[in-house]
Amino acid sequence: MSTVTIEQLAVPDKAARWNRWDSPWLNPKLIGGFLLVMFVVLLGVVGPLFWDITLARVASSPLNLPPVWVKDAPVFFPPPDPAHPLGTESNGRDILALLMAAAPGSLRVGLIAAGLGMAIGILLGFSAGFLGGWWDALVRTIADSVITIPSLAVLIVISSFVRQIDLNNMALLLALFAWPGPTRLIRAQVLSLRERGYVQMARLSGASTFDIMFKEMMPNLLPYLAASFTGNVSANILAATGLEALGLGPTRIPTLGMTIFYSIRAAAILRGMWWWWGFPILMLVIIFSGLFLIAVGLDEIANPRLRGVQA
Amino acid sequence: MGSLTVGYVVRRLGMFFLTVWLGTTLIFFIPRLAPGDPVAAMVSRMSAQSGTVANSAEMIASWRKRFGLDEPIMVQYLRYIYNASTFQLGPSLAHFPSNVQDMVARAFPWTLGLLGLATLMSFIAGNVVGALLAWRRTPGLARALLPATLTFTSIPPFMLGILLIYLFAFGLKWFPFSGAYGMGSQVQWSWSFIKDVIQHGTLPALAIVITTMGFWALGMRGMMVTTDGEDYMILAQAKGLHPSRVFWLYGVRNAILPQVTALALSLGALAGGAVIVEYIFTYPGMGYLLYDGIVNGDYTLIQGVVYFLIVGVALAVLIIDLIYPLLDPRITYQKK
Repeated sequence: MSTVTIEQLAVPDKAARWNRWDSPWLNPKLIGGFLLVMFVVLLGVVGPLFWDITLARVASSPLNLPPVWVKDAPVFFPPPDPAHPLGTESNGRDILALLMAAAPGSLRVGLIAAGLGMAIGILLGFSAGFLGGWWDALVRTIADSVITIPSLAVLIVISSFVRQIDLNNMALLLALFAWPGPTRLIRAQVLSLRERGYVQMARLSGASTFDIMFKEMMPNLLPYLAASFTGNVSANILAATGLEALGLGPTRIPTLGMTIFYSIRAAAILRGMWWWWGFPILMLVIIFSGLFLIAVGLDEIANPRLRGVQA
Repeated sequence: MGSLTVGYVVRRLGMFFLTVWLGTTLIFFIPRLAPGDPVAAMVSRMSAQSGTVANSAEMIASWRKRFGLDEPIMVQYLRYIYNASTFQLGPSLAHFPSNVQDMVARAFPWTLGLLGLATLMSFIAGNVVGALLAWRRTPGLARALLPATLTFTSIPPFMLGILLIYLFAFGLKWFPFSGAYGMGSQVQWSWSFIKDVIQHGTLPALAIVITTMGFWALGMRGMMVTTDGEDYMILAQAKGLHPSRVFWLYGVRNAILPQVTALALSLGALAGGAVIVEYIFTYPGMGYLLYDGIVNGDYTLIQGVVYFLIVGVALAVLIIDLIYPLLDPRITYQKK
């Protein structure tokens, strides 16, 4: 019978816990999602070094070419051309160049809008949860009410009046509806953290409100914030793509949603030109799946109970 | 069964009016902050189509007068709020003699049917899948197959819609491409018409259900994992209750409550997604009407449709909020 020391009982596998490959941040979902998003970023950053993205302009390429590997396209399509590996559409744009020019823009809109929404959410959520009183009631009521307004519909009204819009302004508009989610989440978390021992301790030792918020509570909220931010990026890219697909996005630069809009307007589905709408959708699916995996991975870091549950 | 207290109902009604007021105010002011004048834009579009517009200056002036655009903004705003609250949305600019409220009234049932049924199906299916995923006694086969239903979770409904049209309408020709019923069929309560509507509605509804059910499943899984650790679950099992009784009445019954709150909160986003699905399928609901307004620069139509969407969603949220205390009697006793 071997003897077991108290320390061994108290810290069962200290060695394993401090193995740096055992960090919950290194879970496969998080890494997989990160790789998917990186693929899109790299396509936009490195792609233009190898491919001429001015081919994304109208009438820069022959019309209606199918992708190179399509051997059995209907006779009314010209034969595939290796110079345009993913084919071209009916306005003479090269699909590959279009993807490289447009994909990073979608990510950027999502990041800016979600970033602004997060910043407002942190400010309002922390102050409401921490200060309480009438300020809390006001913030909670407005956040609850804005969250149930169909934001996409309101954005459609706005952008149909504005017409000409660039990516940055579109991100600003989206941010108008990107703050209630983070605000609610942060407020709820702050309320539960506020009564924890270490926060009470900090308060008793005279730490300033600012220090308690950002030095004591913030580090514990990071996984929640990150998961909520990722979900928000995804929601904003979805809204931006929706507006673009209705023809309300920027028209001077190519975007993935606008490509889908033109393909629908030109009845590309019924003409069998799947590569016109298929590749932009594939691109967006990669972005959305990547962000989704990241959000689920971060969720497992925030709620250890979900770890190991299948699916 | 819990009872509704007056305070609770008043608070919820207040939220309803606040939401509608905020939404309508946003769609009134923000377009006016932007540069550009819709009347001038409309006239310039007319002149782009037909070369010249005779007396365009007089036309702009008379239209501005007609729509009250020369009055102070607060007067315009108050009249707008009054008209909106009495559902007088004015004539459509592009389909002239029709009133916006009549056009909306024709489109609304289609959206309500499609979005309502699809959301209900997705909510039920998603929650059952999520609960089964977290349940320890779920058979191994089901546990292996269920995650497959989550595959499309992160994809926007309208993109799946395009894919479904391509596969099942263009490729396999199982379902029609677009519309809510066949050309030339009469809108009436007959079996053949209902069959027609179901056939047309299947693809758009599937697009919404498949892409949204994963959201419910993931939320439910998380809630069930928490519920499963509660003492009353262990007691129920130890008492020897039938597993299905423990699952439905002890597990799901408690885990579903936050999901109902989540449903109320996400209705706005769901309506936005459905708008674009309708546009992809040319489904004659609010979404397609909205697209019609965008294409024709029909600002009164766009504003009217969006106003109705805001009111509709707020009303649905109000109904869920009023039902909620019946599901969770604790809620009305809580001091907020």
